[in-house]
Amino acid sequence: MQGDTKNGKCLLAVNDVSVHFGGIVALDGISFDVHSGQIVGLIGPNGAGKTTLFNCLSRLYPCDTGKIDFNGSPLLSIPRHGIAQAGIGRTFQNLALFRTMSVLDNVMLGCHSRTSSGFFANAVRLPRVPLEEIASTAKAGELIAFLELGGVAQARVSDLPFGTQKRVELARALASEPKLLLLDEPASGLNHEEVSALGALIRHIRDELHVTVLLVEHHMSLVMSVSDKVVALNFGRKIAEGTPAEVQKHPEVIQAYLGDAQ
Amino acid sequence: MSRNKLIFLVVLVLVACALPFLVSNYRVFQFTLVLVYAIALLGLNLLTGYNGQISLGHGAFYAIGAYTAAILMDKFGFPYWATLPIAGAVCLVVGFLFGLPALRLEGIYLALATFALGVSMPQLLKYHHLEKWTGGVQGIVITKPDAPFGLPLNPDQWLYFFTLVVMLLMFLFAWNLLRGRIGRALIAIRDHHVAAEAMGVNTSIYKSLTFGVSALYTGIAGALGAIAVQFVAPDSFNIFLSIVFLVGIVIGGLASIPGAIYGAIFIQFIPNIADELSKAAPWAIFGIFMIGFVYAMPFGINGAIRMLLARFGRKAQTGGPGSTITESSLKTKEASQ
Repeated sequence: MQGDTKNGKCLLAVNDVSVHFGGIVALDGISFDVHSGQIVGLIGPNGAGKTTLFNCLSRLYPCDTGKIDFNGSPLLSIPRHGIAQAGIGRTFQNLALFRTMSVLDNVMLGCHSRTSSGFFANAVRLPRVPLEEIASTAKAGELIAFLELGGVAQARVSDLPFGTQKRVELARALASEPKLLLLDEPASGLNHEEVSALGALIRHIRDELHVTVLLVEHHMSLVMSVSDKVVALNFGRKIAEGTPAEVQKHPEVIQAYLGDAQ
Repeated sequence: MSRNKLIFLVVLVLVACALPFLVSNYRVFQFTLVLVYAIALLGLNLLTGYNGQISLGHGAFYAIGAYTAAILMDKFGFPYWATLPIAGAVCLVVGFLFGLPALRLEGIYLALATFALGVSMPQLLKYHHLEKWTGGVQGIVITKPDAPFGLPLNPDQWLYFFTLVVMLLMFLFAWNLLRGRIGRALIAIRDHHVAAEAMGVNTSIYKSLTFGVSALYTGIAGALGAIAVQFVAPDSFNIFLSIVFLVGIVIGGLASIPGAIYGAIFIQFIPNIADELSKAAPWAIFGIFMIGFVYAMPFGINGAIRMLLARFGRKAQTGGPGSTITESSLKTKEASQ
């Protein structure tokens, strides 16, 4: 693949993954690779299986067959709550924030997988607990500044506008210091200006924070402008993979989006 | 914690210390029970208010704590103070084990499962093969400890101070637990458990452990309660006790630490007041109080106090009336507390 050339080692290898829900085939033998330092776009019409694939990567759904390797080790043996620590962070298609908590607390919760103090240590406040809190607060503070959330750090998240909440979710995901960031439709619900800022932000995350990005998105101009590689799905199958230009010209992709050109 | 809050807290503790010298012994006993209930309610609030797991059976853990203390003192000659950690540990284990299968149940279904625990506890305590330990329907009578080291306190006053120290310690531990990494995780599980798990929170372990810690608090309260009342019997721990605990945390303020104290005052004194108002239908009066409180203070007594303080604080700052606090900003404060 042309898209693989500029980048490093294979970070995520999805190999022949299938998922069935009853008689419905949600994913049918999907394979593709994501290399370190890439931004990979995952596109397809509604119901193509993009979110299902994300949920396999977060271990929210079990895979029926196939193999997923992350950073050289099998992902499917890691429990759901171990995914963040393994180095995969994510955002959700419909916001999944902790609604009664402040922005700062939401982002600090993102540090959970990078900290370890337990119930007893916290209850008696062992010396390492305040040190850990200081480190988490500092980390969250950096991300809040990075995502320009400084003015609302103490606000309750459910009081904030949708676009701001999406940035809180992004900050929370980045707080776990992921190697791979899964973004599920980050542009949905954003206005035109916010979408163009988002493109720059995603590149910034890759270039400055050195996070590899896998992106599900319907907003074609965004996907095509930021992605090094695009994978197209339809009805649970992979129909195309390549550079944005290649995928855009692919006849099956055109057919999937526009229907048969008679 | 801000300086004002700290000063307020010190004053409050001083008032609490002066109290037993100002009122009758019977009142001292009643205030001891307030402290005991505050510990129990804080335990239930950890589980229900912060972690979102509803329990209608915490009276059972209170009973287990009470019986553990009574049996250890009566059959094994343990000193009263040594029974508290054991009662806590027993309840921690029982609560954790009960929490494991309860993981599969959410919301109202969990409430039913815990209701089953609460409703069966008095009968389990009467079980005749356990009679030589529990004393069956007769229960166990224990003696009230005297003040040690020749302190010039009567037994009621001494027990009050002993309970106060235990309560302050338990509140300190809970405050520590809730203000950091664990507290955030507990609230995160309540708000969105899928996202919490995706962020690396081991939700099953956290929920079971919270059940255990909650039971530990309520069990220690039960042990202190048994020592204060000097008597345990199965029917003191019926399902009504569990429901009164739930009433206490809602009236006091869900997901708040001081709410446990307000709730404890409510469940200790409002039934007495209701009884004085009407000998014929005290529970009807109690019901009216309950509805009145919920109606007037939808976020509990703690929520109402915070709203008032915020209003006064604003007035002091701006000097102008009409400043209000929104419901949601109030909730943020509660959750972040």
